[in-house]
Amino acid sequence: MLSSADIVTLWLTFKVASLATLIMLMLGTPLAWWLARTSSRFKGICNALVALPLVLPPTVLGFYLLVMLGPKGPIGQLTSELGWGTLPFTFPGLVVASVFYSLPFVVQPLQTSFAAIGRQPLEAAATLRAGPLDTFFSVVMPLAKPGFMTAAILGFAHTVGEFGVVLMVGGNIPDKTRVVSVQIYNHVEALEYQQAHWLAGGLLLFSFTVLLVLYSALKTHPVAHQLK
Amino acid sequence: MLNHRFFRLAVAAWLLSVAPSIFAETVLVAVAANFTKPMTEIAEAFEKSTGHGAKLSFGSSGKFVAQIENGAPFEVFMAADQENAVKLQSAGLAVADTRFTYALGKLVLWSATPGLVDDRGEVLAKGGFKHLALADPKLAPYGAAAVEVLKNLGLLEKLQPLLVQGENISQTHQFISTGNAELGFVALSQVIENGKIAGGSGWIVPDAHYAPIRQDAILLTKGAENSAAPALLQFLKSPEARAIIRKYGYNLPSQP
Repeated sequence: MLSSADIVTLWLTFKVASLATLIMLMLGTPLAWWLARTSSRFKGICNALVALPLVLPPTVLGFYLLVMLGPKGPIGQLTSELGWGTLPFTFPGLVVASVFYSLPFVVQPLQTSFAAIGRQPLEAAATLRAGPLDTFFSVVMPLAKPGFMTAAILGFAHTVGEFGVVLMVGGNIPDKTRVVSVQIYNHVEALEYQQAHWLAGGLLLFSFTVLLVLYSALKTHPVAHQLK
Repeated sequence: MLNHRFFRLAVAAWLLSVAPSIFAETVLVAVAANFTKPMTEIAEAFEKSTGHGAKLSFGSSGKFVAQIENGAPFEVFMAADQENAVKLQSAGLAVADTRFTYALGKLVLWSATPGLVDDRGEVLAKGGFKHLALADPKLAPYGAAAVEVLKNLGLLEKLQPLLVQGENISQTHQFISTGNAELGFVALSQVIENGKIAGGSGWIVPDAHYAPIRQDAILLTKGAENSAAPALLQFLKSPEARAIIRKYGYNLPSQP
């Protein structure tokens, strides 16, 4: 059965994933909007940068983050200046690392759904004298709802399952940075297969349920149907 | 004419180059990550002196045990500890009476900052640091040894809140070399160059503070039929190999 230490890691994972998802939606929405509408020269570069975590091995990304967030790195020096200390081995550090790592899973579905809306609804809103913000909240967001749902769920699920990055910047501290994937890994490394099975089974069930809910929800809200 | 001669030369050269490999075998070795550098050098010396080849895989001992138990094709196992080699022995996956200690690991308290760690380790009691890195004591023998040292110094409880754990000593080394942890316990072999600690500052922990980290090698059943496998184990005991092992900051057991 799950030990109390296992439950702590589950709870911590849930906290990291929820916070990271919230931050990713806040950062990802304007970014995806800009990427979907711009014809700037930098579009290609930004698209590539956002997608990088998809191709970089997580431990490599984790190592870069460790260097950048560390006392000699640019971000680390900034956070030290602000009096926050350095981020590795802390809960906020874990959230920041997760945001870097899972951002493409949030930006890409949003970008696709924003692009699918096209110009017409926006122009219609403009003729009715809606300001840009008003347009975004009353026209774009309802139309892009499936995109938002996909982004939130994928971002959350991907953060729950991440391993390499948190292993690198977390430092495996119980109650602070030891998340469920690291705990499973530790069980396996210590040849405690029974506990590993319980935790991994739980995680598998969770992920499967999340994806099932996502796909059945998307079936009932097809984008095309919304746009009619 | 010239072409003809060149062709003959080429054939002769090719024959010479493959000659040793006709009688030579290649052995597949699973090596604990901390022994990466010395083993790379030992494998080269082994090939020079016997003509046999050695293919090396580096990783954590625990992972190798799991893989070997599930049919991985390794022929020789060089663990970071004794326990994992014994495990394979009792599982009947190794040849009886082939296990021996090839190196004794040495622990060092190391910092990337010069002058931070004094040569008596008094910095541990003095404090003035936010993080002390070590490898997970449950998974890594060097981590277990580090905990033992802190216990012996009577500092474990005091320093507990400052501990950050790497999953293995490579990761622990990264925590320290990037400056995220001001200091920590790693293997001497990771920071030694030409017999000296290469960068930063360190305290080589005296042997009395922790139980010896015995690293055992063993012949696996898959290697029983391959003449290169016992040859490699034999070579590990040779003066040449022992000199390399010592150079990388390991102690050696008395000659078996």
